[in-house]
Amino acid sequence: MRPYRLLLIVLAMLAALPLVIESNVALNFLKVSLMLALAGTGWNLLGGYGGQFSFGHAVFFGTGAYTAAVLQVRFGINAWVAFGAGIALGALVGAAIGWLTFRAGLRGSYFALVTLAFAEVARIIASVWPLTGAGAGILIPLKLGVANLQFGSRAEGYWFVLALLGLAMALARAIEGRRFGAQLVAVRENEDAAKALGVDVLRVKLMAIALSGGITASAGGFYAQTFLYLDAGLAYGPWISVEALLTAIVGGIGTVWGPLLGALVLQALSELGKHLGGDAPGLGLVLFGAVLIIVVRFAPEGIVGLIRRARPRRVARG
Amino acid sequence: MAELIAEAMGVTVRFGGLVAVNDASVPVTEGRIVGLIGPNGAGKTTLFATIAGFQKPNAGRIRFRGKDITALAPHRRAALGIARTFQIVQPFAGLSVRENIAVGAHLRHAGRAEALAAADAVADRVGLSALLNLPAASLTVAGRKRLELARALATEPQLLLLDEVLAGLNPSEVRDVIPVIRAIRDGGVTVLMIEHVMQAVMALADEIHVLSEGRIIARGSPDAVARDPAVVEAYLGHGAAARLQGNAHA
Repeated sequence: MRPYRLLLIVLAMLAALPLVIESNVALNFLKVSLMLALAGTGWNLLGGYGGQFSFGHAVFFGTGAYTAAVLQVRFGINAWVAFGAGIALGALVGAAIGWLTFRAGLRGSYFALVTLAFAEVARIIASVWPLTGAGAGILIPLKLGVANLQFGSRAEGYWFVLALLGLAMALARAIEGRRFGAQLVAVRENEDAAKALGVDVLRVKLMAIALSGGITASAGGFYAQTFLYLDAGLAYGPWISVEALLTAIVGGIGTVWGPLLGALVLQALSELGKHLGGDAPGLGLVLFGAVLIIVVRFAPEGIVGLIRRARPRRVARG
Repeated sequence: MAELIAEAMGVTVRFGGLVAVNDASVPVTEGRIVGLIGPNGAGKTTLFATIAGFQKPNAGRIRFRGKDITALAPHRRAALGIARTFQIVQPFAGLSVRENIAVGAHLRHAGRAEALAAADAVADRVGLSALLNLPAASLTVAGRKRLELARALATEPQLLLLDEVLAGLNPSEVRDVIPVIRAIRDGGVTVLMIEHVMQAVMALADEIHVLSEGRIIARGSPDAVARDPAVVEAYLGHGAAARLQGNAHA
């Protein structure tokens, strides 16, 4: 249990927060931060551990969101089942994109551009397809209740997304300590050397992108169940692709804690920006761009890297 | 006893108009250290890459333990028991020495603890024990060469392909590594090595194949190969063998 101890302690503390926080604004802030951390944890599995930088994780977020919404609204399927189907479809879309790109040997910026293209194609399809509500979007009818995955009290929704994030972080931690994790990192560091040591590079990448897609799709499903409205720009828009990679990179790429720390800091900055600059369009992106440049230049290992540097070095775990 | 573990048969590799390897056959006898030498640009590394599965030959076959493996991907060959090192070392720079070796060990050990224990044991064999916790990026050239060797050994190969593991080392470092390679052979692993450091390959190899301009021009014991006029000419230029002969008689 040792590798999970700190994770359990922090999750327990986060779970206790709604009991002491009265403010709805603060709780909403945390809820959105956790959702972005969840999307970022998905991105981090493929991009951080596997070194395959995706610019199009919106394709998974949107698939998770739309699957949950469409199955409930058009087919009357239970919200929990629809939510689960969204995760499965997100993983499947990941495997399909991986099969097309990794088998063709696409790496680096080529892979990034192709994922961006997949997300944009998905956005355009969702904006014209009647099934997804086309331009008008899709509205999930308000039916409060745990059975419908719609939470009346704000704390319940918070706990739900915290549980999802906890599972995703525990999964990342488990992968770190396993053969799959070692092979994934080896692929990131040097593909040829990994092949020579018997690593099935294609298989490792496919597993990573499927898991990554499933996790980020769960964030999309949570978004749908929380805001109960989707359109193509919200579900498949570039904003979530950017948020997913930024939380991981700012927080600490290839680390369990990175996406959570990054999401909290970025959300705080974004709120601060709104206070200072009002709702000037594009201001948030300018802010994020500046943060990204500063992080890449001065703290390439993100916030986690800064914390590690500040602390006396412990003996490396295993 | 003299059973073949692997064999390159009539391998030809072309890069556009350049024929890098031309109908080369190299039988590798089990339990031996087999040297592959030749002047710069002779096609040694290309032939090597063909055996390890990183380069598809335009013609010819690769056999391992009697099976045709020409179409197998590198990771499948590693699983069968063929490991290689790279001439230009390819460490997982962001990982520690132990983690580097453990990637190789994971081929035969699914569990993390077993793989790490196997990595420690291999590090001991190649003299990296003291450096296990260092980042691979901090190693010297000699250290990185040992790391290449350790990672390959950690896959528990039957055939080990060494691409210039001694190049770039100083004479005392070379002296340190030679017994390590011998011990690998004595442990039952067949070694096929490309080498530029002549003294070392002459001391180590049980038999030597000489590649020049993509063709095998000589093979045999180190002594016989060193005296072969064709080999002398390939290294020192046309007419060199006759001049040396003349000097010897004078």
